[in-house]
Amino acid sequence: MYRLSGVQKHYTKGKKTVRALDGVDLEIPEGSRLVIQGPTGGGKSTLLQMLGGLDRPTSGTVELAGHDLGRISEARLTGVRAELIGFVFQSFNLIPTLSAQENVETALAPLGVGKAERARRAAAALESVGLGERSGHSPAELSGGQQQRVAIARALVKEPKVLLADEPTGNLDEETRDDIMLLLDDLQREHGLTFVMVTHDTALAAKAPRLATIRSGKVTVRESQRAS
Amino acid sequence: MFFTYLRRELRRRRKAALVVSMGLALGIGLVLTVTSVSAGMKNAQSQVLHSLYGLGTDVTVTKQAASGQDGGGQKFGIKRSGSGSQSSSSDRLTISAGTTTLTSSQLATIAKQNGVSTAVGSLSLNDFKFNGSFKLQGGTSGSSGSGVSGAGAGAGGFGGGQRPGGAGGSGGTPPSGAANFSLNTFTIDGVDTSHLSVGPISSLAITSGKNFTSAQSDSAVAVADSSYAKSKKLSVGSTVTISGTKFTIIGIATASSGSSTANLYIPLTKAQTLAGQKDKVTTVYIKATSSQKIAAVKSEVQKAVSGTTVTTASDMASTVSGSLSTAANLATNLGKWLSIVVLAAAFLISSLLTSSAVNRRVREFGTLKALGWRSKRVIGQVMGEAVVNGLIGGALGIALGLAGAEAITAFSPSLSASLGGSSGSGGSGGFGGPGGGGGGGFGGHVAQAAHQVTVHLTAPVTLASIGLAVALAVAGGLVAGGFGGWRASRLRPADALRRVE
Ligand SMILES: Nc1ncnc2c1ncn2[C@@H]1O[C@H](COP(=O)(O)OP(=O)(O)OP(=O)(O)O)[C@@H](O)[C@H]1O
Ligand SMILES: [Mg+2]
Repeated sequence: MYRLSGVQKHYTKGKKTVRALDGVDLEIPEGSRLVIQGPTGGGKSTLLQMLGGLDRPTSGTVELAGHDLGRISEARLTGVRAELIGFVFQSFNLIPTLSAQENVETALAPLGVGKAERARRAAAALESVGLGERSGHSPAELSGGQQQRVAIARALVKEPKVLLADEPTGNLDEETRDDIMLLLDDLQREHGLTFVMVTHDTALAAKAPRLATIRSGKVTVRESQRAS
Repeated sequence: MFFTYLRRELRRRRKAALVVSMGLALGIGLVLTVTSVSAGMKNAQSQVLHSLYGLGTDVTVTKQAASGQDGGGQKFGIKRSGSGSQSSSSDRLTISAGTTTLTSSQLATIAKQNGVSTAVGSLSLNDFKFNGSFKLQGGTSGSSGSGVSGAGAGAGGFGGGQRPGGAGGSGGTPPSGAANFSLNTFTIDGVDTSHLSVGPISSLAITSGKNFTSAQSDSAVAVADSSYAKSKKLSVGSTVTISGTKFTIIGIATASSGSSTANLYIPLTKAQTLAGQKDKVTTVYIKATSSQKIAAVKSEVQKAVSGTTVTTASDMASTVSGSLSTAANLATNLGKWLSIVVLAAAFLISSLLTSSAVNRRVREFGTLKALGWRSKRVIGQVMGEAVVNGLIGGALGIALGLAGAEAITAFSPSLSASLGGSSGSGGSGGFGGPGGGGGGGFGGHVAQAAHQVTVHLTAPVTLASIGLAVALAVAGGLVAGGFGGWRASRLRPADALRRVE
């Protein structure tokens, strides 16, 4: 699914250049799971941005399903994000003024899905994360765990090929964290998603079938002994 | 999605929207009030003009007598034949000093000009009635009045002095002797009885009796100005004699504002015959086809009939002095600048508030971009919100402006206008003469005398000014939305991951 080679991402501010990614070669097969960990500032989020087409690498190629995300036009990159990639953020990133249902629908807006179809699919997605009853609530009326469920529903309602999550449980307590992780596991399996997750949580990392550690912009991958 | 999102944003961020709107509302309200006051000023100014020339009149045309030419200056003397007793009576009709007449063909030319809806002529006359007898013993002849004012002629001549501001001829040195005479002067307008809606009589309201009918174009009937009628104890049915012809008063008229142009109004043809001015008029009153045409009419008429003085309401406005002109200047200058400044400030503030709102929503818009929203869609959302804020501001501003205009209209400050003050309070015609009696100079024609008119200021809100307010509201929204949208367009999807809110 993903093929990264020689990916560099440099941030330049004045004379200082930060090499957030410094030559990353990585393959992520379709339907597989990859957990990324590493020290803070190591480049985890930067790598995820490259995978998600949120930013372009300074050099190297990021290939997703035949698209070179560093080189395709802005419009096509936007299209790839809209169609193929679901994103889950650490701080949920729900639109505060929209209801849960409407938040989920925002993911369908760029795909030209009709109003009725949009409502139906959003309701189904909320149902699948166990929030069918709360569709009319605004983010402020939901707990952190519930908000993240809405965000997951939003990421999956478009039926993407890839689910990217940047510390999805970072803002949640342990119990909620386990619920969310179980939910993500289930959904990933159910939809056959390629799933990449960044986490600080060593317990989670330890359980991961395939673990990438990124330190000073360089990636090392450890394949788990036990199959997932 | 667009409208849902827009609705949610505006509802849930009501306060922020209101702050942006209030700024615009203030600016738009001020603009609306100022434009209404300016419109009120224009109304007040044309009211002043109409008090002189009649309601339906947009432009007047007169012809000034060439300098030195005897423009109908008063000349009637009493033949002196040495010493002895002399009695005389006279009733002379003359056209106003300083003006000459226009011919009916010139009137027809004026009527043909583009933009002229109606052109109506009138003949302004002065009537001097003199009755007297005196005994003269020597004394020098009255020196002639200064050339411009028409020469006094003959013994004990009246100085001319019809010309506004012109010095009257001095009378002769008072000879010894006795005089016993009466002098009666009044002004007459010969009016076109078939076009009463335009011209001198159009500003009058008939308070008793009747107005002319078109059938009375050559009848010996007259309409009297109410204050003149009062002073002469005239009423409907009374008769007045003008140059030997008896006229029946058919109506008493009151000027709706200001004063009337003449003491008596008689049919034009009659006036022309009596004054020996066949087919001549002194003033042409023009009604333009639309108020936008007035300036064009002025230049066309000036071109078509040379040597004429063409006066429009705005020309009059420049000769208006007094509190009206002060207020008008204030409204047009200070008001205009104040509203431009406030409006610019409101645009700036709403632009800054909108782009700072975008800054606060960096992560929100970044997230939408990360979800695959095109920049255009995000910008559209920001613009949409700003335009709606602008429209809310416009609605509030229109309410504020209406309230402001309403308050001014309710308060209705009165403004006084002095008109034509520069041309002097009419030539104070020197009146000397045998016996040195009667120092009462008589002025030029009333229309040329100084006018003190009091008008009440209103602030009418026109549909056009409401339209302007709406346009400004939309413009304000677009400007603010442009700023915000530009900010939003520069956001990257990666901003979704920004920690700072
Ligand atoms: N937009 C940016 N401009 C400049 N430097 C940046 C930018 N984004 C990231 N960096 C730098 O790149 C490096 C990698 O950052 P990144 O966010 O990928 O780290 P991370 O591994 O996700 O850390 P954390 O665990 O704290 O989230 C850091 O040194 C960071 O300061
Ligand atoms: Mg990070």
